[in-house]
Amino acid sequence: MSDADQPFGNRGNRDASIVNPRPGGSIDGTRKSGPTGAAGSGTPFLIGENMTGGYGRGPDILHDCTIAVEQGEIAVIVGPNGAGKSTAMKAVFGMLDLRKGRVCLNGQDITALNPQDRVKAGMGFVPQVNNIFPSMTVEENLEMGAFIRDDDIRQTMEQVYDLFPAVAEKRKQAAGELSGGQRQQVAVGRALMTRPSVLMLDEPTAGVSPIVMDELFDRIIAIARGGLPVLMVEQNAQQAMNIADKAYVLVQGANAHTGTGKELMANDEVRRTFLGG
Amino acid sequence: MDILNALVAFLNFVFIPAAAYGAQLALGALGVTLIYGILRFSNFAHGDTMAFGTAATILATWGLQGLGITAGPLPTALLALPVGIAVTAAVVLGTDRIVYRFYRARRAAPIILVMASVGVMFVMNGLTRMLPGIGVNEIRFADGARFVIEVRSFREWSGLTEGLALKTTQALTLVVAVLVVWALFRFLNRTKSGKAMRAYSDNEDLALLSGIDPERVVRLTWIIAAALMTIAGTLYGLDKSFKAFNYFQILLPIFAAAIVGGLGNPLGAIAGGFVVAFSEVAVTYPWVKVAGYLFPGWQPDGLLQLLSTEYKFAVSFVILIIVLLFKPTGLFSGKSV
Repeated sequence: MSDADQPFGNRGNRDASIVNPRPGGSIDGTRKSGPTGAAGSGTPFLIGENMTGGYGRGPDILHDCTIAVEQGEIAVIVGPNGAGKSTAMKAVFGMLDLRKGRVCLNGQDITALNPQDRVKAGMGFVPQVNNIFPSMTVEENLEMGAFIRDDDIRQTMEQVYDLFPAVAEKRKQAAGELSGGQRQQVAVGRALMTRPSVLMLDEPTAGVSPIVMDELFDRIIAIARGGLPVLMVEQNAQQAMNIADKAYVLVQGANAHTGTGKELMANDEVRRTFLGG
Repeated sequence: MDILNALVAFLNFVFIPAAAYGAQLALGALGVTLIYGILRFSNFAHGDTMAFGTAATILATWGLQGLGITAGPLPTALLALPVGIAVTAAVVLGTDRIVYRFYRARRAAPIILVMASVGVMFVMNGLTRMLPGIGVNEIRFADGARFVIEVRSFREWSGLTEGLALKTTQALTLVVAVLVVWALFRFLNRTKSGKAMRAYSDNEDLALLSGIDPERVVRLTWIIAAALMTIAGTLYGLDKSFKAFNYFQILLPIFAAAIVGGLGNPLGAIAGGFVVAFSEVAVTYPWVKVAGYLFPGWQPDGLLQLLSTEYKFAVSFVILIIVLLFKPTGLFSGKSV
């Protein structure tokens, strides 16, 4: 139900004395999960295979797109604006309906699961924007990350603080008061609190300064070296490919090039189109 | 100049009544601000749901009194409160199930929920009047000891000409309000469910992705709001008297309190409640008596009353306008209005 096509437009919704201007949720929390099945042998640790689909009843954005990550690897999705990079990641996370294809994690076919249950199945997802609870303290953000856990979370929290010493100092401060880079660290830390088996980052370096970006990449490498596979969408193609074990170049929602980061960097066509010569 | 008598007169006629009224408004505004923060709309049915909760508590009080159970010096309604809260919570959850959930599932714009709550307000209003023995009557249901401090005994004790009275209901209002606010803040800041509610009001999508069940947060919000509404309504009814129409009117000062404090901010709701109550009482109180003690030589012509009490709701309006003009986010930066 969009406001624009209603007779009274958006009238009334701008009066904050009766309507809270905070945007509501965009994920349909009422969608129930279907059954999971075995993925079959030889499937990668995490794979979105031949994914075709779009948002709601809209046109298809992804066309036969395949994204995979193996244990201990960093895989990056790069491509021009509007190529469907974030959409591909959201499809893996179950935020849009696939018309074709499947998603498998750790030997399980999880195509029918809703996003909440994918988190429980082991996916740690960091959205590009609105990825923290701004009015809550850093510590409470991490606690909320571990909401589904009933065991002792202190050890995981200490690990997150070890990984991000900058935010550890501000654990009692509201997360919304932190700088852009520190917010991203809180966001990644929040996702790590579930002890996921794969970490998915949607443009973690969007809008942060180059120095902070290098620092974030270092942390992400450290996470991957610790054995946690990382799948991420990146605008900064060159730097992303430098650290990637595997890179996917998407163009118009389809796989254009796939290979290790180094192979793609050496590929003339990729260099010319995406890396600026 | 007789400062002591002036002070006692001030305490007796302004401070104590305003503090009790402020606590009642604060509890009401807390419920409004909670629903605004989490469900994203201003609940116009708040006043009438307060009336319903109070009526349910009154019925339970009569039941207890019929069984011969009383709370000694305290009003029996205090014992009946849990029943009233349970009934109100059930009705409010039922309302959510048949009215608000439909719009939530359709992701309707919040203004539609506001309008739906106006409908709920009318239904709740009718429902309250249909309850047996409630109707449109004015009901006094405070029993037990009437005063903590009596005028006569205070005069004898202090030797002043001015007397001081503290009604049991006023003392009770303040004590209960403090306890409820303490419990609410502890719940919101210390418990996992309370933090989940705050997380949901910060970022619904991320809360969902963290495994927080949105429908559970909504249910919890309604239950807490129902408890706040019933307690606020019962305390108001004990202090004054119960009349369903008064609860419809009290909606304005409650909204004013929530907005003055900063919508969505619980601390602001409490402060706002007291600001509105003190202004209302101070503006409608005839100050001639206090002035007589302070300036014995001065014989004012009138009663030194800025507004007659019939206009007390205008005070809420004026405060509202002043705050919206000069500090749109409220005193405790809530949502910008």
